[in-house]
Amino acid sequence: MTTADGQRNGHGDAGGETTVAGWGRVAVPGREVRRADLERATEDAVLTRGLARSYGDASLPPPSRPVVVASPLADRIVSFDRETGLLRAEAGLSLKEMNRLLLPRGWFTPVTPGTQFVTLGGMVAADVHGKNHHRAGCFGEHVTALKVRTGDGVVRECSPEREPDLFLATIGGMGLTGHVLEVECRLIRVPSPWIVCDSERVPDVDHYVEGLKEAGPRWPYTVGWIDCLSRGRNLGRGILQRGRFAEPDEAPRRAPTPLTRLRVPFECPEWVLGPWSVRAFNAAYYAAHGLDRKVRVVHPESFFYPLDAILDWNLLYGRRGFTQYQCVLPEAAGRGAARRFLELLTERGGASFLCVIKDCGPEGRGILSFPMKGISIALDVAIRDDTQSLVDALNELVLAEGGRVYLAKDSFTRAEHFRAMEPRLERFLEIRRRYDPDGRIRSAQSVRLFGDAP
Amino acid sequence: MRVVFVGATQGMGRALSRLLAERGDALFLLGRDEAELARSARDLEARAPAATTVGTAPLDLAGSAGFDAALTAADDALGGFDTVVVTAGLFATQEELEADPARLEELLTVNFTNTVLFCEAARKRLLARGGGTLAVFSSVAGDRGRKPVALYGATKAGLSHYLESLDHRYRAAGLATVCVKPGFVRTGMTEGLKAPPFAGEPVAVAHRVLAAILDRRPVVYAPAAWWWVMAIVRRLPRFVMRRVGF
Repeated sequence: MTTADGQRNGHGDAGGETTVAGWGRVAVPGREVRRADLERATEDAVLTRGLARSYGDASLPPPSRPVVVASPLADRIVSFDRETGLLRAEAGLSLKEMNRLLLPRGWFTPVTPGTQFVTLGGMVAADVHGKNHHRAGCFGEHVTALKVRTGDGVVRECSPEREPDLFLATIGGMGLTGHVLEVECRLIRVPSPWIVCDSERVPDVDHYVEGLKEAGPRWPYTVGWIDCLSRGRNLGRGILQRGRFAEPDEAPRRAPTPLTRLRVPFECPEWVLGPWSVRAFNAAYYAAHGLDRKVRVVHPESFFYPLDAILDWNLLYGRRGFTQYQCVLPEAAGRGAARRFLELLTERGGASFLCVIKDCGPEGRGILSFPMKGISIALDVAIRDDTQSLVDALNELVLAEGGRVYLAKDSFTRAEHFRAMEPRLERFLEIRRRYDPDGRIRSAQSVRLFGDAP
Repeated sequence: MRVVFVGATQGMGRALSRLLAERGDALFLLGRDEAELARSARDLEARAPAATTVGTAPLDLAGSAGFDAALTAADDALGGFDTVVVTAGLFATQEELEADPARLEELLTVNFTNTVLFCEAARKRLLARGGGTLAVFSSVAGDRGRKPVALYGATKAGLSHYLESLDHRYRAAGLATVCVKPGFVRTGMTEGLKAPPFAGEPVAVAHRVLAAILDRRPVVYAPAAWWWVMAIVRRLPRFVMRRVGF
């Protein structure tokens, strides 16, 4: 099945029995129902998803209630203030549509994840963060109100003043406090839709983290790519990028047109993203940048959403799919934490095509919001027989360092590891019980990690 | 353009009305559910390049009363409309319609009789002011008698026939009639049905229909591949149609 943006959305049909999957393509039996009348569609539902871009099982239904409502057809703008940038919209409005419509008019989301194939509701549920976390925090910091159908069936309006517990639990609550129906948030004014990008090669992971922290106070957007297959002295060599919106006099006068996209036409064999091809790619990518620091004006899509250029890139990972592992390591763990993490990863032979390290600012207000002051590390892992033990080993290191994992990516963390990482869970569950005494709202992930009824 | 739009709240109508709003066309929405109309009107206002008001008035194609009142409200708000778009219509599977005579009667009435009556009322107003454009969503289901759409297809065959004749009859007087024939498009209306090859997306269909309206083309298939599909299906001999399942 494909969505309005021509994206496959993990809705499959295998031999008569339908399945649903997240972006990592690990499917469970079930069905997705796309509805424009979200308020009515959620009356009886246990879970709502957006564009199914969470990697693991966060948007998959529990085994006993295998239907998940999908919101992308509920995509109307309820109101937009042309003076202040206050936007209220139905939860299925995609970031891609928001950017297409509002970026040429000088308005941009205060926080963007690494893909624009997400919905507003999904951005709230995962409390997404971006390259400007050190400056702007998570998306939830900019949300002013939500309309939610809670597990008791009631449709409620909540905000920092009105039912604040529900509001704070819903931000980063993975859709488990109820179905997000409408989102109100504050957009930011940008001087032009183009980006000034300053990039440079860094020789190893310590320099890399140093560079991130140094750029933080001066650049709103910082990010970088790491070669996690290089070893020893070169461990974690990479490319560090810093960006900001261009001033009108530095930018092309025209509005950026959406970039053309390539599509992965079929599921690839496993060697396509095996260790050898990834090694070759990483070496080429690192070498291609050249030694010099580069400053260029770039298209906002290529800066914020480089992977969106290849539609269905998850098919590259082959039949067994993949998982993304993302953790945050607190500042208290020290700057060597990233090196210790990468050393463990390379020791375990975890080949990763994509490895991104980001700077994180203070913890957000969402009760289960992922980031905390420190650095976040994200990597893709093709699913193999030993994936579970790799994730277990990484989780033990993260626990020891005082960090935690990102639920929007996760599908392998064990419940006991999660509970040990998450002292905030009890407060979240207490609020959830108040609004959903029968424990109706749940997902495959909440069954796995929160102890919900299957 | 100054456009009266019937069916802007959902599916292809929602996508097409947004394209018009983003171009800066003035819009007036007609439809059944007033709360839904108001929500869509606010959405279109937010999408317009400059601050504007999108008006609405109730119109129910299940009955034939109130068409003139609705068009008068639109005329007043728009200062005389020059374009009328009708995307509203009902759909049900052949099995559902065979099992439920009341539902069948409603579908026959909405999709054919009352759509034609509404078009007649709109057509008279457009001709009185020297013409304009009338764009109406029919369907590829009206192009050939086929097993799975015997009843739905019949309403669309009648509608397509009417629209073609209207175009022949009044084109010289300035009225262009655009008959839109969507193939399978993934909208809320087709949710749950198994999508055939060449299934389309509402936004892509809307772009194609907008181009046809601007060019005043009498017939437009959307997605484009359906022109080829139907060109073949229309030419298949009866003994073949009797055997195949589509």
